[in-house]
Amino acid sequence: MSDTTIVSDPTLVSIPDANDTSTPRAAGRTFLPIREPEVAAQPTRSIGRLRREDAFRMLGAAAAGIAATAWLFTQVAPLSGVLPFILISYLFFVVFYAILVRFDESVVGVKDKLATVFFNSVAVVLLLALVDIVVFTVIKGLPAIIHLNFWTEDLTRGGPLDPLTVGGMLHAVVGTLIMITIALVIAIPLGLLCAVFLAEFPGPFSRVVRTVVEAMTALPSIVCGLFIFATWILLLGNPPSGLAAALAITIMILPIIIRSADVVLRLVPGNLKEAAAGLGASHWRTVVYVLLPSSRAGLMTAIILGTARGIGETSPILLTAGYTTFYNFNPLSGPMTSLPLATFSLVKQPSDNQIARGFGAAVVLMVLVFVLFLVARIIGGKGAGQLSRSGLRRARANSRRAAARVDRQPLVVPVSAGPDRRPGSESGAQ
Amino acid sequence: MTTMTITPPVGDAIEPRKMVIVRGWQDHLFRALSRSGGGLVLALMGLVGLFLIIRGSSAIQVAGWSFLTTQAWDPNSHHFGIAAVLSGTVIIAVIAIVIAVPMALGTATYISEYAPAQLRRLLIGTVDLMAAIPSVVYGLWGFFFLDEAIVPIAQWISTYFGWIPIFDVPGFDPNDPLASTTVFTSSALVAGVVVSMMVAPISASVMREVFAQAPIGEREGALALGSTRWGMIRTVVYPYGLGGIIGGIMLGLGRALGETIGVYLVISQVFTINIHILHSGTNSISSLIALRYGEANPFETSALMAAGLALFIMTMAINFGASIISGRSRSGATAEA
Repeated sequence: MSDTTIVSDPTLVSIPDANDTSTPRAAGRTFLPIREPEVAAQPTRSIGRLRREDAFRMLGAAAAGIAATAWLFTQVAPLSGVLPFILISYLFFVVFYAILVRFDESVVGVKDKLATVFFNSVAVVLLLALVDIVVFTVIKGLPAIIHLNFWTEDLTRGGPLDPLTVGGMLHAVVGTLIMITIALVIAIPLGLLCAVFLAEFPGPFSRVVRTVVEAMTALPSIVCGLFIFATWILLLGNPPSGLAAALAITIMILPIIIRSADVVLRLVPGNLKEAAAGLGASHWRTVVYVLLPSSRAGLMTAIILGTARGIGETSPILLTAGYTTFYNFNPLSGPMTSLPLATFSLVKQPSDNQIARGFGAAVVLMVLVFVLFLVARIIGGKGAGQLSRSGLRRARANSRRAAARVDRQPLVVPVSAGPDRRPGSESGAQ
Repeated sequence: MTTMTITPPVGDAIEPRKMVIVRGWQDHLFRALSRSGGGLVLALMGLVGLFLIIRGSSAIQVAGWSFLTTQAWDPNSHHFGIAAVLSGTVIIAVIAIVIAVPMALGTATYISEYAPAQLRRLLIGTVDLMAAIPSVVYGLWGFFFLDEAIVPIAQWISTYFGWIPIFDVPGFDPNDPLASTTVFTSSALVAGVVVSMMVAPISASVMREVFAQAPIGEREGALALGSTRWGMIRTVVYPYGLGGIIGGIMLGLGRALGETIGVYLVISQVFTINIHILHSGTNSISSLIALRYGEANPFETSALMAAGLALFIMTMAINFGASIISGRSRSGATAEA
């Protein structure tokens, strides 16, 4: 509707401009609405970018805050210390900033600006604290990890009084890898099978299984260790070993893997499965050729995150593995140590060298987790049906080959040609 | 192998056709295999739970109701209870949550709403990575750095806020310049801060994922109505993500309650209820197990199992509460089929 439309509806005439007394009020008369004077185009609000006024306000408030705190510390109150100075100047900064913003903006605008300041500073504080934790560990472990022998030897010769040029952590790396391998050999097939069961055969039984699995994700890791300690070691009389630790890790990561794999499998689009069923594929072929491949990335992420959790957890291993300083490649007998357990045992000793070695073991552990995590990020993070670049290339090459094959062969297939025996096809049984 | 036999309608009456699905032997095998996989997991998990309950309840029967009220831990003279360790666990977890939740909420909001697009991916990766860092690393930081660094802060709090009972530090006189500050080390506050650092990235990661799903149409609607960015977050993002916020808090709380090594390294264990969070000495159920499993005879192991059972029940209740709450909210409704 343009504003030149002649309004002839009498009901509309009853809402004239209040200031305009000349508007005809009699019913039935038509009139042209008076054109409003052009409203100047409003500038687009920018909610994203930092504007120049904002920067000036912030700088001014920061300068005023620091100056006021300095005055407070030197002239008014006997305060001292770096941390109180930073905290108090931050408080002053916020107050001054609010006052400066209030000169130009409404209360709503002030709230918005203060929220921005709050969220920025909270994020900076948390990330700084977390980075600080990692950097602190690396710095304390640096004396140990710069020596090559730390990565290539075991700790047999590295006693509390021996220099850091002797002894290393390779035995703990070996132990960690053996334990997590055994745990994964049990947990991956069982976990995936259970997740497929939960996703593909819904019913009362699977509801029970899902509830129990969900409950077991709450099992504290130390209780996993205590369970294996009480059954495998005390009840059955086995000595602490790598296998016992691996079993404890299995119990801990199995519910984690099942739960995240279950979520991933249920996110597979239904039309993919329906398409497979529509082509005549049987249930198990649908699972093997459609469900699992299309959620491969998510499943890998579930497994790798479970692995990272299993590698990093100390408490189940503390109760079940025993601590050693030498290589043990046999998970069935003898104590076997892992990186978190080595860290925990070494830093409790009253020797600077052992503490440095403990921090070094923590660094090795973090490197291991970082690598696993990077692998998970590279593989995972894609939904069902979304292909990576190389996957896309492969899929295109496949369909080109299929197109070429279709072009070569005439599409008229003799009816008596017999069942098609190519893999992935179910037409033979129909 | 799915064959559908369609029975034609009999007579004039239109009845729903009957579909008979005939499955091949592979399908039956597959069904049996996955069913047995589910059954095996159920048996395994059920075994753990049942064993815990049976062994634990035998110890609880010996102790009776005093299991919940006794502070000491001396199973050999049948004088033991979880009053001290349970209260310590809860106090540490509450401190951790009180510190971690504002941090996690703020960081999640920053990453999802304020961070520049180029920085966002990096921040998401960093927070997720921090959530995967082993707890022993946080324990090291707490034991070697925070335990000393927190003393002046704790001293300041107890000097000026000592009139609040939980901040009171008995045995410390702020006016005595020679007073030893060791009463401030190994306290529940130190353990709580360590656990909060551990929990904050986990909660932040859950919250951020939900915030990112807040419907773009409603966000734009709020902005088009003249809302500021904070107004949009308050009226669109937070109500939408409420389930995720609560879920993230609960997940963090579950982890905080069960944390062993990070707490065990920093605290000095006492078997009394200590509500003075700045004062040295506290305890937690998982630290109790880590401390006492080694020299335990079968009955003591049962008693530890009972303590573990109490912890398990608490975490489980929180987990189920979280999944119910986040399942009822808008953001959770689509996630769970």
